[in-house]
Amino acid sequence: MPITRDEVAHLARLSRLALSEDELSHFAGQLDGIISAVARVQEVAAEGIPPMTHAVPVVNVFRDDVEVPCLPQQAVLSQAPATEQGRFRVPRILEED
Amino acid sequence: MASTGTPAELTGMTAAQLAAAIAGGEVSAVEVATAHLDRITAVEPQVHAFLHVAADGALAAARAVDERRAAGEPLGPLAGVPLALKDVLTTSDMPTTCGSRILEGWQPPYDATITRRLREAGVVLLGKTNMDEFAMGSSTENSAFGPSRNPWDLSRVPGGSSGGSSAAVTAYEAPLGIGTDTGGSIRQPGAVCGIVGVKPTYGGSSRYGLVAFASSLDTPGPLARTVLDAALLHEVISGHDPCDSTSVDAPVPPVVAAARQADVAGLRIGVVSELSGEGYQPGVLARFGEAVDLLESLGAKVIEVSCPHFTYALPAYYLIAPSEASSNLARFDAMRYGLRTGDDGTRSAEEVMALTRAAGFGAEVKRRIMLGTYALSSGYYDAYYGKAQQVRTLICRDFDAAFEQVDVLVSPTTPTTAFRIGERADDPMAMYLADLCTIPSDLAGNAALSVPCGLAPEDGLPVGLQVMAPVLGDDRMYRVGAALEAALEQRWGGPLLAQAPPLIGPAPGSAAPGGTAADGGIGR
Repeated sequence: MPITRDEVAHLARLSRLALSEDELSHFAGQLDGIISAVARVQEVAAEGIPPMTHAVPVVNVFRDDVEVPCLPQQAVLSQAPATEQGRFRVPRILEED
Repeated sequence: MASTGTPAELTGMTAAQLAAAIAGGEVSAVEVATAHLDRITAVEPQVHAFLHVAADGALAAARAVDERRAAGEPLGPLAGVPLALKDVLTTSDMPTTCGSRILEGWQPPYDATITRRLREAGVVLLGKTNMDEFAMGSSTENSAFGPSRNPWDLSRVPGGSSGGSSAAVTAYEAPLGIGTDTGGSIRQPGAVCGIVGVKPTYGGSSRYGLVAFASSLDTPGPLARTVLDAALLHEVISGHDPCDSTSVDAPVPPVVAAARQADVAGLRIGVVSELSGEGYQPGVLARFGEAVDLLESLGAKVIEVSCPHFTYALPAYYLIAPSEASSNLARFDAMRYGLRTGDDGTRSAEEVMALTRAAGFGAEVKRRIMLGTYALSSGYYDAYYGKAQQVRTLICRDFDAAFEQVDVLVSPTTPTTAFRIGERADDPMAMYLADLCTIPSDLAGNAALSVPCGLAPEDGLPVGLQVMAPVLGDDRMYRVGAALEAALEQRWGGPLLAQAPPLIGPAPGSAAPGGTAADGGIGR
């Protein structure tokens, strides 16, 4: 089942990537090639084989409940694209209506 | 204190030799740092290994080591030794870009655990090295800031993603480098540059402050010109870190002792049948085969071992790693740090986010984010991501079965030698094949190392031999690597790198260019 240009446009939207028309066409061919190649995993992965999420599993990782200082506000805000009144300034997050 | 080394001699020394000379007062850490900074100035126009050089910071760190020595304080085994740090680990006094426009100029407010441990050990950080954007690639061509070049042949790639660190160590700009390995990004650049590259056991080295690509795979580790140097660096950066919840709380395997032992007598070595054959360069297979014969002549018991699911490692990896990347890279949202474009007062946060990510990420990062988004979408999750996770289990079981028969496994590190810059740049599947042999150990989380085993006759470029060891069996691969290195250097009459062409003409007093082992090769 080939990956269509429309599907790539959908993936780009989900991925928050404002791609150009040229990029969409270019990536459609490449993603189709990659997905056909990686689909080989379906040849061997049968029922009953447990999925593995982590290389070296560690369980019940706890730490002592000790306070440690956080980063200074200024150190963090100094790297922000925009700040206002000691906070991150962001574009509007709600649609006007 | 009398200085014993000329600058060219200092840059040609190993980390172990430099540390001993500094501790013994034969040379100061400042002289060592200066020699390497001068070397960087001389060869960077050709090699482009660094994205940022911190001359003042390096000299200050070197001065501090000299002062501690003068005060009679004990020094660690790498105190005063310069190092090239991959630009994916945070540094509170240097920018951290991950080779991406989206983080251009970002100055992290904190040090990664690896960075902190290096500083505490008195290691002198020379700067930050180039890399494929967010560690996605095998050539450094995906860096937003231009590729690094292989010092053996400047028209070829130094491997990747840790290609800046491998190029820096190969070009004698630093005796040590730090890389990160997610699918082979330390071992593959090590192999194609003719140096040693090590992926420790997953969780053996901390990920705190390592900008995440694929969290279940990312592993920092050493690059060096000798196996012993790699082991010294391995011990300095390793050990449990409460700041990384996947850090393994177990003693660091005795890798330095193993590198000094350098003995394979009685060791059972398995040659992986599946990592050979079609698609492998003849010269790579020839040098690999000779190295295996050499190990056998040193007393190892060599048998062939089948790991039938290894051929499915590459497809599984290119589902798992992009899936994790699509989630991890969601943090680059143009809100709290990094690039923001299109914030003109009319556009919404969503629009600004999408415009920024389109402008700030390169093609390979976009491909992988979309690939991961696809593999994780409802309707495709079970067929792709779920199946890949099952394949991961099968690969782990192959390793478990193999390690019941043998102590370590070996294979070529890469199917081919270094390819030409541009050759695979817009052909993702061809690029992905560079990691064919290294990916299984990333998926299983075990330890693996690449050590040089000669030059391919058809192109005169370095070939690497990979040694894979069980989880937390890192010391075993150092035994094999060091034994092979010693036997091969005896055969070659010196290190492999001595056969590389000089980058900037012969050093004063040496023979004309044209490069025999006797006149020292690069930078001597």
